[in-house]
Amino acid sequence: MRLGVLVLTLLLSMSAVAIDVTVLPDAEKQARYEALTHELRCMQCMNNSIADSPVGLASDLRRDVAEQIIAGKTDDEIRDAMVKRYGNVILFTPPLDRSSAWVWFFPVIAALAGLFIGIRIVRQRSRLVEQDDSVIETDESAR
Amino acid sequence: MNRFIVPLVVFLGLAGVLYIGVRHSPDKSIMASALLGKPAPSFELPVLGEARKLSSRELAGKPWVLNVWGTWCAGCREEHPALLAIARQNLVTLVGLSWKDEDAAAQQWLTQLGNPYSVVAVDREGRTAIDFGVYGAPETFLIDERGLVQYRHVGAMTLEAWEREFVPRLKRGGLP
Amino acid sequence: MIPELGHFALVLALLLAAAQAVFGLWGAHRVDARWMSVVRPAVAGQFVLISFGVGVLVYAFVSFDFSVLYVASNSNSALPTFYRVAALWGAHEGSLLLWVWILALWTLAVAAFSRNLPATFASRVMGVLGVVSFGFLLFTLYTSNPFERLLPAPADGRDLNPVLQDPALAIHPPLLYTGYVGFAVAYAFACAAMLEGKLDQVWARWTRPWTTLAWCFLSVGIALGSWWAYYELGWGGYWFWDPVENASFMPWLVGTALIHSLAVTEKRGLFKSWTLLLAILAFSLSLLGTFLVRSGVLVSVHSFAADPSRGMFILAFLICMIGGALILYSWRAPLLRSAAGFDGTAREAFLLYNNILLVLAALVVLIGTLAPLVNDALGMQSISVGTGWFTSSFPYLALGLLGLVAVGIHAAWKRGRVGDSRTRLLIGLAAALVIGLAVVFGAYGLGKWQSLVGIVFGTWVIVSSLFDPIDRWRRKLSLPRAVIGMTIAHIGIGVCVIAVSTVESYTVERDVALRPGETVAMGRYAYRFEKLEPVEGPNYDGVRAELTVLRDGRPITVLHPEKRTYWVQRSTMTEAGIHSRWNMDLFVALGEDLGEGRWSLRVQLRPLIDYIWLAAALMALGGGLAASDRRYRARRLAEESPAVPGAATEVT
Repeated sequence: MRLGVLVLTLLLSMSAVAIDVTVLPDAEKQARYEALTHELRCMQCMNNSIADSPVGLASDLRRDVAEQIIAGKTDDEIRDAMVKRYGNVILFTPPLDRSSAWVWFFPVIAALAGLFIGIRIVRQRSRLVEQDDSVIETDESAR
Repeated sequence: MNRFIVPLVVFLGLAGVLYIGVRHSPDKSIMASALLGKPAPSFELPVLGEARKLSSRELAGKPWVLNVWGTWCAGCREEHPALLAIARQNLVTLVGLSWKDEDAAAQQWLTQLGNPYSVVAVDREGRTAIDFGVYGAPETFLIDERGLVQYRHVGAMTLEAWEREFVPRLKRGGLP
Repeated sequence: MIPELGHFALVLALLLAAAQAVFGLWGAHRVDARWMSVVRPAVAGQFVLISFGVGVLVYAFVSFDFSVLYVASNSNSALPTFYRVAALWGAHEGSLLLWVWILALWTLAVAAFSRNLPATFASRVMGVLGVVSFGFLLFTLYTSNPFERLLPAPADGRDLNPVLQDPALAIHPPLLYTGYVGFAVAYAFACAAMLEGKLDQVWARWTRPWTTLAWCFLSVGIALGSWWAYYELGWGGYWFWDPVENASFMPWLVGTALIHSLAVTEKRGLFKSWTLLLAILAFSLSLLGTFLVRSGVLVSVHSFAADPSRGMFILAFLICMIGGALILYSWRAPLLRSAAGFDGTAREAFLLYNNILLVLAALVVLIGTLAPLVNDALGMQSISVGTGWFTSSFPYLALGLLGLVAVGIHAAWKRGRVGDSRTRLLIGLAAALVIGLAVVFGAYGLGKWQSLVGIVFGTWVIVSSLFDPIDRWRRKLSLPRAVIGMTIAHIGIGVCVIAVSTVESYTVERDVALRPGETVAMGRYAYRFEKLEPVEGPNYDGVRAELTVLRDGRPITVLHPEKRTYWVQRSTMTEAGIHSRWNMDLFVALGEDLGEGRWSLRVQLRPLIDYIWLAAALMALGGGLAASDRRYRARRLAEESPAVPGAATEVT
């Protein structure tokens, strides 16, 4: 029951929209701000970025990002500062370090495995095609 | 036979991971702080009800506990009796962090319900809380005498969690 | 009294499910006609009983019976009737009941349409479905009883989650579940084949329509969810790579692969073990998905403590069903050999590449969804996987798939002589380039290169799909539904990719703070904030803004975004103001009161976004047509219905 209530609360927090009308002094900083706030996870919500989350923590974090941009920090420095406090989980895209590199490599390995399997099967079957005299039923008949 | 067993093996591996996940789930509300083993962030904040400021430097050299709370937070209300009991044990300095709250409301809360804190720092804008990686109230941190974060408890503090997680760590530090 | 009857009905249904399973599977093993004859009545009885249970719960909702805990938690005296019914699936317990009911419905359909199948095979299929039903009913009765009482009954209920008080989201779960559960039928056909020890082209022909139909429902269900998110959640987004969405997308991807693999198995008797595996995998992902979102199996750092007993039960069920099927697979699959051959450029080869990419895509989504869980379970640092990670790979897989469709659709079976299709390939590609580039540069300008490729490839698929039907028409050849359906479905996927590519590159979005009277401009369009007034509904109140949209200075429409607060749960919902033109949506969402009369607003121009959901409808239509093709309907062929010793004869 409690789970239900709690999940409900999360779901509802997802349904309220936060529209961030912060405007930074110049267009380039604004673009960086918008990009960064969409990359950082709101730690209180189900799956929102701090840009989209209506909760107080998210607006505090947005303010922090804005202040750091104005203070001249680079995007990497800002991300690092966030990760330092909250861990990798605050980044929506997992970094390429020890704990999450596997997430990036697994699909690559799987793709290579798929390629290998595909080539093998095709080779196998094309060797068989000469002796294969099966007839293919066609569904083309006169109307 | 060998390659056809691969899907089964892969599935069992996945099932194992899911099993561990389900087993962990009651404890999973506690997320390990990213600051574990690292220095607690420094701060200088006004003290509730007094004209002075509290600097984190003043707390160095001894272990101390930080409890992040607010009058707007239901879980804080729930944990308050436990905090009072913990304060009575007198094991360690209990510092309150009044997070994004109104001074007047906070004062009234402590007067009405009792004040477990040795001192309350006021973080009206939430900057210090962010530095600590707080993502909701209440949260309670244990900082050792070297200033390193040793543990974070997420959610309402209980005597049971205190005995299980905080006291052993305090004792390890060689304290009475 | 009546809710208890509903509960009792479920208990009886559980017993019937057990009978269906035992008599179905063991009866087939013993080739005992009397035992097997129990199965269809058991299926019918189960359906009646579960329908009764559903009816009881619906009645409890409609009659405001707050003594039933589930009704009290999900309804309210002010809730409109339509939503009182939809509240049935508004939370965990009721949605499980819905799942079980839909399974009973599919099984009933199988029972009705399987009379031309060999008796032991049909019996096994229904037996397996009985096992699934048994497991779900047991889970429902044991951990999630929707008929539990709340005594003393409260004066009023806690209301249905306002998020669900919307027509699209109200019908989204039933449609989605029909898709999910439908894959159980393919799974059952696969298990039955493995138990029989026989899997041939005829088996593939039987399995195809069921699978395709389930896939159609799933497509529509997913599209509805996406459309709802777009107009209801207020960001104007339509896909978030959220675990809940991914849970429905993975079975869809594998289901698509399954449909295509079945085609090869039917046509050439090839890929039998792959088809089996895909059938098991599709249903496994359905099961995994249904549970990921409700049981705490997906323990993301942001899920709260789940009831561990529920999670364990589900996991045990998963292990039994999937593990059991995979054990059967490892036992039987090695025997499924075929000596058929094909060239590297034949249709079979393209379908193989196609399926590899689809499975890879499903794997990518699975990794992204489960990665946080895996890290937590293995004690590694917690991570998040969001949109950025998914979009770093998925679009490229999708583009690869499109390329395969555009080229492979011309390939002949067995010997894909490229020379024969060269003309079609060149015309197709040329048309795609011309149309695609003209549209892009003419209408929108250069955006992301991936979008450009997407639009060109999408056009290429559409053009390529038309060659065969047009050719057949001209040569006065038959145009069976299967061909028409396939064409429409492929056109659908082309449209979908064109639409997504366009939306992703050419959306114009602004978040602004405006006072009434002020205007925000975006290219030729401008939004003028006129006024704000209070509004009241049956169980909510709120504010409603009015904005006039101008194009080249002339007003073309008026939008009314709202912000509603539902009384009972005190939660706030945004209703976006959307106007759909033929080639774009004009979108506005109301944010909050910033003081001094200013309100935050999100305004968007969303080109071609409605075609995403139209495309899903096309795919479903195509699938439906294909599934209703004449060759799947009852055909009495001597070799397909081997004589089973009749009821009069004792079989030992």
